[in-house]
Amino acid sequence: MNHNIYLYILVMAAVTFTIRALPLTLIRKPIKNRFLRSFLFYVPYVTLAVMTFPDILHATGSVWSGLLALLAGIALAWSGQSLFVVAVASCLTVFISEFFF
Amino acid sequence: MSGGKSWFLRGLRNGVPIMLGYLAVSFALGITARNAGLNWLQAGLASLLNNASAGEYAGFKVIGERSGLVEAAVMTLIANARYLLMSCAFSQKLAQSTSLSKRLLLGFTVTDEIFGCSMAVDGFLEPAYPYGMFAIATAGWTSGTILGVIVGNALPPRLISALSVGLFGMFLAVIIPKARQSRTVLVLVALSMALSWACSVLPGISSLSSGMRVIILTVLLSAGAAVIRPVRGDTDEP
Repeated sequence: MNHNIYLYILVMAAVTFTIRALPLTLIRKPIKNRFLRSFLFYVPYVTLAVMTFPDILHATGSVWSGLLALLAGIALAWSGQSLFVVAVASCLTVFISEFFF
Repeated sequence: MSGGKSWFLRGLRNGVPIMLGYLAVSFALGITARNAGLNWLQAGLASLLNNASAGEYAGFKVIGERSGLVEAAVMTLIANARYLLMSCAFSQKLAQSTSLSKRLLLGFTVTDEIFGCSMAVDGFLEPAYPYGMFAIATAGWTSGTILGVIVGNALPPRLISALSVGLFGMFLAVIIPKARQSRTVLVLVALSMALSWACSVLPGISSLSSGMRVIILTVLLSAGAAVIRPVRGDTDEP
């Protein structure tokens, strides 16, 4: 299937907007169902973890620089650094470590 | 109306640090978009309309693999599912009298950072505040993505290699602090990464597209965690 890229962008935008706007406009009370609330609570963490690993190992020039960036990112995020600091430090880790690997 | 105006200006001011952060991170997103075959106009349009790092990353992966539109929709839904939760919380922050058109417009502004700043305001939220933050933040997000596509072409491979982990760094900055707070999230994150790796090498499963693997793992693991460790009462914490 080779769809027009603009069609993909339109689908992405429509889905994203619907997700954000629907609860704002329709749901005026909090969700009561405990399973649904729990499920929605865990979704972001699982999705982001699955997308990060092992993809981060193959995003860079070598597996080792990717691994170091992962470890540096985890360590800095663990110590409470901001989103901006963690993102930039991960990049710097790859840039510096690829002098050696 | 003057109250709305001053809230809008306040939003513009507080949006500056958000914009700078977005500029750097969306640059990496632009490189991902370029690798998926998008030109600067397409990538810029995607960022202007979506304003979602994980969602756009997931969408660009689907576009790169030329998987179906349904997969693009489901991947975007899964990667952005957290906005559903935020939007629910956001709705509680609005005065009952907030009009439908304002609520719809607010739908565009629900990003991690703008949501965080908006919820920190005392009392009911004046929609002009997130509008202001969004106006300046999306300028950084969109132009950063476009720059990533254009300049990404001219940068040496080593620099591109370094910048492409920026998004992963951002993902880590979202999941790790919660994993530190909650043992359940910590175990779940470790399990997610381990199974994600296993699925990428095991015969059979590894032949599925990466987008489909993310969907399957997210639904199975989140449902499992919701059964084993449901969130407590009204705190929304496990």
